[in-house]
Parts: sequence; structure tokens; C-alpha cells
Amino acid sequence: MKAWIFGAALVAAVAGAAPAWAETAAPPTVETLMSAYSDLRVGVDTVWVLVAAMLVFFMNAGFALVESGLCRAKNATNILAKNFIVFAASTLSFWAVGWGLMFGDGNSFMGTQGLFFLSGADNSPALGEAYAAMNPFSTSVYEGVYSSINWTPVPLWAKFFFQLVFAGTCATIVSGAVAERIKFKSFLVFSFLLVAFIYPITGHWIWGGGLLGANNFRDFAGSSVVHSVGGWAALAGVLVLGPRLGKYGKDGRINPIPGHSMTSAALGVLILWLGWFGFNPGSTMAAMNGSAIAHILVATNMAAATGALGALATAWWLLGKPDLSMILNGCLAGLVAVTAPCAFVTIGSSAIIGLLGGILVVLAVVGFDKVKVDDPVGALSVHLVNGIWGTLALGLFYDNDVATNVAALATGLSRSGQTLVQLKGIVYVGVFAFAASMVFWLLVKVTMGVRVSEEEELEGLDLGEHGNSAYPDFATHQSAFGHGSGLTAPATRPLAAGQPATAKS
Amino acid sequence: MKKIEAVIKPFKLDEVKSALLAIGVQGMTVSEVRGFGRQKGHTELYRGAEYVVDLLPKVKLEVVVADELVDKVVVTIKDTAKTGRIGDGKVFVSDVADVIRIRTGERGDAAVN
Repeated sequence: MKAWIFGAALVAAVAGAAPAWAETAAPPTVETLMSAYSDLRVGVDTVWVLVAAMLVFFMNAGFALVESGLCRAKNATNILAKNFIVFAASTLSFWAVGWGLMFGDGNSFMGTQGLFFLSGADNSPALGEAYAAMNPFSTSVYEGVYSSINWTPVPLWAKFFFQLVFAGTCATIVSGAVAERIKFKSFLVFSFLLVAFIYPITGHWIWGGGLLGANNFRDFAGSSVVHSVGGWAALAGVLVLGPRLGKYGKDGRINPIPGHSMTSAALGVLILWLGWFGFNPGSTMAAMNGSAIAHILVATNMAAATGALGALATAWWLLGKPDLSMILNGCLAGLVAVTAPCAFVTIGSSAIIGLLGGILVVLAVVGFDKVKVDDPVGALSVHLVNGIWGTLALGLFYDNDVATNVAALATGLSRSGQTLVQLKGIVYVGVFAFAASMVFWLLVKVTMGVRVSEEEELEGLDLGEHGNSAYPDFATHQSAFGHGSGLTAPATRPLAAGQPATAKS
Repeated sequence: MKKIEAVIKPFKLDEVKSALLAIGVQGMTVSEVRGFGRQKGHTELYRGAEYVVDLLPKVKLEVVVADELVDKVVVTIKDTAKTGRIGDGKVFVSDVADVIRIRTGERGDAAVN
């Protein structure tokens, strides 16, 4: 609002058509014009960051639809409940400690200042001196403890919300992989721990001024930070849980367990595709470099398209049919793969990265089944495998011009040099995220158990965990107005057949 | 010829089906049904209020076989569909007057083998 008023005053003053009330005010000085322009700039950037964050928030809907669609109807309520509550849990734990660990000033391992509830000093949207180019009209210098994210000229709460929706995405990834057999409360506890401790620590290494980011490791929007960390956490969970009953036969047979709604799954992936236009382009966290945003958005879309086509072709050739669930996984694979490199590679490269991601995801789905790692929705193949692939691809297709103009994070390294740095980061993130997740999963297993009983799994988690079912419309239960056996008569006399509802008896 | 109808738990279908094929049953008809026995279903909870779901999802399997196979089929179903818990279902055996294979017009035992 403030920015708008200043902006309007600025325009009016420049046009020499100031209204009567403004004529009595002092004529604008260079300082007041600079300040007004700075506020306008902050407003525009903030709107972009928050709108992008809202798009990423909407990805929760996408994940809920994909995951419930690819699982059986008897577990639909449970999966929806998990996907729903996970963002609420993430909000609380990222606010409580996650943000501080990730972006607080500290050492190369984790943030140590302003840890809890964003309580540290911060005068955002003031910028650090090195990033004066982002908003040359601001004269205020950043003073605070979240200096690793002081390069974006937006207020602290805009930064927080944008980073929060990313943290939430990471936790949601786990939900699909462990679906149809995990105890609801165990998932909830693990989600809190993941977003409070694991996600922010690896995030600090990369985005919070920690050991990887400071050593030229690059990950623009989170192929590693968000997707492979979620993937590693999911893999640890799947290994602790074991496969769903009946998934792998005694004779080594792989039994497919088809999902119950491809309609829901396809709609979910379309929503995720849309959400990614906030995820990657929004990671500029500033609106004024239009060509950077456009480059990133097109790179993102290109990889989604070639990912879908790559998976389509691979499934058709390898499995005999253009399986829709594989096409959907392929689109997501391309999106995950391009998330790190979208601001570091050309549009042509992003098309190749997406295509290879789409091929990779089909092979990964088949491969995970071969080694009896049961992942009902393909979350490991999409987020873990392609999170790693995308992080590596940033090095393999690194383009210093794009990195300078779009990401503004050029390293000046050669492709092979960048690839080696990326590889090192992949190993660091993988070892820590997997090991820490394994420790947390085992802690949860020892204290409260992770897996529902065999009987509950067969009957469905909807009934066991939540006490009802997702699709109860079949006339099987005694409702207040039903005619089931043993029904006590309703308190009011039912209308006689054919009698209009308004008739007085 | 006898018709054997078995109402079983849905997740037991695959196991029962494979076991029947293994003892020489040639075909079967399966339908998703709802029903209850002595336990009268279970209660579910919706927004704090309980309600009774008496008709639970079951699978009904129908097989028509020659008389000499009947005992084997019944025992096979009984053994493979059993979990030992309430709701395992029932097996019904009844006489069949005649069977006609539509494509060839064969009748009786010839139509079910």
C-alpha cells in the first residue's frame, strides 16, 4: 500500500500533473524519488515472490491428488490426511527452528543465530552491499543475522513464506513413497523432524551460506535441497517399512497394485506442472529481471514437456504401451531434473535434461521394483533419482553466460569442473540426508512403531487409522434417514410417498 | 454337476483363484458384493459420530464343476480363504440342472471341462 502511494506520487510528480494537495508539499528531491522508487521496487518484488509462493503452496493439492490417485481406494482418506497435515506440520516446525538452522548466520554446517521463530535481528528488505545492484535505489544496508538470504529485496516474512512452501514440498515427497502401510502418527512425527532438522541443515549447506554453496555448488531451485533430500528421507522410510503386503510374491514375482483413480493422478500432475512455474521462476525472488524469469519458466516447461515425451517413448518401447502413470511420472521427472539447472543452462539443454529425466524415471520405476523397494507412487524415481540427475546435469550442461545473466550466480568453472563440484555435493547431501533420516525413522520405529498391523493393511488404512472410508456412498450403512436393518425410526414422521414436502398433514 | 459359490474376503481372491486353477478348475465368475454374517459389520466414525456399516465389501466366486471335483474345490477354498478371523465368509454348494457352452452348444460335464 505504502509503495503504491509513493509510486503514484512519483508518477504524478514526474508528469508535472500533481493534484492540488501535492502542490503545497515540498518539491521532490532526488532522495525522496529514490526512496519512493525503492519502495515501489520492494512492492513489485514482494508481490512476485508471494504469488510464486502461493503457486508452490498449491502444489500440495497436486501431490494430494497424485498420491491418492495412484493408491487404492481403501487408503485414500489416509493419504489425503497425510498430505493435508504435512504442510501444517511443516509450517510449525519451519517457523520454530527450521528457518533459523537454514538461514541463520553460523558455521558452514548449520545456522546458529536467530534460531527460533525468526527471532533474530533483521532489517529486510534492506540489502547487503554486495547486492546493491538488485535495488540501486535503496540506500539502507542490511543489518541482521539472516545474511545468507539478504540478496533479495523483499521483507522477511515474504522470504519466510517462500522458503516454507519449499520445505513443505520436501516433506510431502515422503508421503507417497511410504503410503498404504505407514502409521499416521509416525508419519506426522517424522515430518516434523524432517522439516525441523534434516531439510534445513542440508539447505544451509547450499542456500544458507554453508559448505557447499560457498564452494561453487549450485542448485537454483532445489533439485538437491528439496527433491533429493525428500527422496533420501523417503528411501530410508521405505527400507524401514518394507514393501506392502502382496507386492512381491514368494517366487520373486512383482505384483502390480494399480491405483484407484487415474483422473485424480492426471489432474494432480497438471497442478504440479502449474505449481512449478512458481517453484523455479519464483526462485529469482525478485521481479525486475524479466528475461531471467522468462528464461527459467520456459526452461521449466521445456523439461516437463520432454520429460513426459521421454517417459512416453521409453514406456511404449520397454513396456509395450504408453502407460499414463509413466507419462505422469515422466513429466514430474523432467520438472525435478530441471529445478537445479534451469537458471544455468540454455533452453536447448533443458530440453535434453528433461528428456533424459523422462527416460530415467521409467527405468528407475522398473529398477526399484526389481530390487523390491516398494514405492507406490514412484516418488523415489521422480524426486530422488531425478533430483540427483538434475543436480549433476547443472554441471554437465553448465553455461557461464546463462549463469551470469539468469541466475547471477556464475562460478566461472568449466563444465567438467562444475560437474565435479556437483558430484561432491550430491554425495554430501545423500550421505547426511539418508543417514539422518534413517536415525529418525529407527527412533520412531522403536518408540511408536512405523507400520500398521497386517489386518489393518488388508482392510485399508482409512478404516484403521481414521475410522471411515473415502467413498462411503454405497448404500451400506445405516444413516439417519436410511432404511437399514435395526434402524430406530426417525423422530419426525416420514412423508408419505408422493406427498409434497411443503404439504401440511 | 454342482455350483460352488464362495463369499470371501476380497484380498484372498488371488490366492484362492490360483489354488483352484492348480487343482484343475477351468473357469470361474467373480463379482464384487456386499454382505454380512453373524458379526453384522463394524462401526465407522465420521466427524465424531459413529455409524454402523453392516454390509461389508466381499468377493463372491462362482464355480461350476463335475461332481467328482466338488470336494476338492470346497476343501481348497476353505483352506486358502481362511484367515481364522471373523468375516472369512461361507461356501455354498448346489445342484446345477444343466450347463450349455454357447459357442459350441455342448451340454453338461462337457461344457464345464
